[in-house]
Amino acid sequence: MTTVLQHLTDGLTRSMEGDKRVFLLGEDLLDPYGGAFKVTRGISTRFPERVLTTPISEAAIVGIATGMAMRGLRPVVEIMFGDFVTLIMDQVINHASKFRWVYNNNVSVPIVVRTPMGGRRGYGPTHSQSLEKLFLGIPGVRVLAPNTIGDPALLLQNAIADDDPVVFIEHKLLYACHRLEIGKGDLVDGEVEQFGERYPTYNIRFSSKPQISIATYGYNFEIVRKVALEVLYEREIFTEIIVFSQLSPFNLMPLAESLSKSHHLLTVEEGSSNLGWGSEIAARIAESDLNNVKIRRVGALDFPIANTKTLEDLILPSQSVIKKAIYDLME
Amino acid sequence: MEKNYSLYKQMLLIRRFEERLLEEFSSGKLAGTTHAYIGQEANAVGIFDVLHKDDIIFSNHRCHGHYLAYGGDPYLLAAEVMGKSTGLVGGRGGSQHIHLRNFYSNGIQGGIVPIATGMALAEKYIKSKRITLVFLGDGTLGQGIIYESFNFASLWNIPVLFVVENNRYAQTTPIEIAVAGNIPDRFKAFGINTWECNSTDVVKIREDSEQAVNFVRSNMQPAGLILQTYRFAAHSKGDDFRKPEEIASNKKSDPLLIHGNRLEKTDREMAESEITWIINEAFSRADQDPYPGSNNLPPILL
Repeated sequence: MTTVLQHLTDGLTRSMEGDKRVFLLGEDLLDPYGGAFKVTRGISTRFPERVLTTPISEAAIVGIATGMAMRGLRPVVEIMFGDFVTLIMDQVINHASKFRWVYNNNVSVPIVVRTPMGGRRGYGPTHSQSLEKLFLGIPGVRVLAPNTIGDPALLLQNAIADDDPVVFIEHKLLYACHRLEIGKGDLVDGEVEQFGERYPTYNIRFSSKPQISIATYGYNFEIVRKVALEVLYEREIFTEIIVFSQLSPFNLMPLAESLSKSHHLLTVEEGSSNLGWGSEIAARIAESDLNNVKIRRVGALDFPIANTKTLEDLILPSQSVIKKAIYDLME
Repeated sequence: MEKNYSLYKQMLLIRRFEERLLEEFSSGKLAGTTHAYIGQEANAVGIFDVLHKDDIIFSNHRCHGHYLAYGGDPYLLAAEVMGKSTGLVGGRGGSQHIHLRNFYSNGIQGGIVPIATGMALAEKYIKSKRITLVFLGDGTLGQGIIYESFNFASLWNIPVLFVVENNRYAQTTPIEIAVAGNIPDRFKAFGINTWECNSTDVVKIREDSEQAVNFVRSNMQPAGLILQTYRFAAHSKGDDFRKPEEIASNKKSDPLLIHGNRLEKTDREMAESEITWIINEAFSRADQDPYPGSNNLPPILL
């Protein structure tokens, strides 16, 4: 079975094979180490000219990639830990995201910034965060997150072929997961409907009349789908899970369609939930034509993520917290 | 002779363009802000005279002089600063954010330096022989990202020329209380060859620039070029707290005076009348152009 990690490596490799303009930049990328999480392992051996291992200078790496992109190349940057994206914000917000629009569409900035986010590995407050919410709602920036329903390799290849800046969020725990096979294993009773081609949204339903719609993305889909089975077996609650590959900007339609049947919305993310992804989803649903939708959001508590496992488990959204939110919502 | 006249005329174009803009701002005809290049004209005109036509320039907030020396049409810039749809970038960028062919500018101090470095790296990969030039000021030396860029440029032999226009003030803050040590040492620390020019004479600046530019192009390595200069106008508008005596004394080295002495009076007058015509034409034409409206807003990216 192929892991998400291997799929991502395959995606990168295929993009580099197919397009000589694709370059990789990042810290510690060279073999035999092959990057901190090994997504780039083997690639520097195959394409030694186009894998550029860098000093610890996240801001300049993204700036250099932006310049390369504006002159016709397609650089892919790896930021070793998602926590370090704070260092690249000026480059993303005041440079990469602006040039195409501000220069009246005379240039394009095809860069991808890949980075691992997420906790549950005991890495503590500065190596466990899910900071993708900082990139949501920036005009000109697309934020993507792979999942086990779609094809992570294809998602990454499409991001690399995109003419606009993309931030590509890879949850650390997703690397070891496998792609799900529809109709088998954990999704034996599930039916999957795909919306969109390039950056799809997937609706996974266990009944044609779902009682609750759960919006989530990335690794948290792994937790949500376990909870979906639990609530089904324990209380016969039928859920529909809406898995977003594109977090920003986003297409509301697949979720709205589900909510027109269920009228109960739960959003699940691993970042802190205040003013987060789920807040925007909830606001958009509240503004929509849908009436009588009950809403709950689940995310991390508003603390820095503690190092010790007991506290980390309390701060990040767990299976039991998600389950409780579902039961509260259905009461 | 011909050369001297052309250098003079280019500097005069910048001077009169910037004066006209300041006038329009103070009379309330223009909104927003501007950063005049008055006093620094010889820098851009001297350097650009030795660049190749397709070399790449990344300029900063004080970009009008750079743009005009690059050969940019004053009408397109006037229209852009006025916010007209016919402007360089359709009114989206305004004074600080412009683009024409291989000329780019942005309004963030230092943030453009890695981008120019990346552009130079891309050109090196495609073996275009183009070099990239990026403008910094003494104030920009406070930004950490420029040192990250120096490090990359030196490590990877990137053909980028870092031009520091040291006009001795970061907005209102004098260099003495903002820049420690000395500027060439900051390049030296990264093993980057550096040229320094302590003159406002366009001919001298041209000579020193030529050495730096040739070095970058023939060695495919980065270089620094430090130009000691002075701006006669405020940083932007109405934020000048320098002593009038200091400004007056620096005006004795006005690049237009220094270089103007090489021309006959009649030639200077001819240049003046030509430039007056060009500026009037640019501004009155731009003045009649339309502002962009909702039809200039494309659908939002999804």
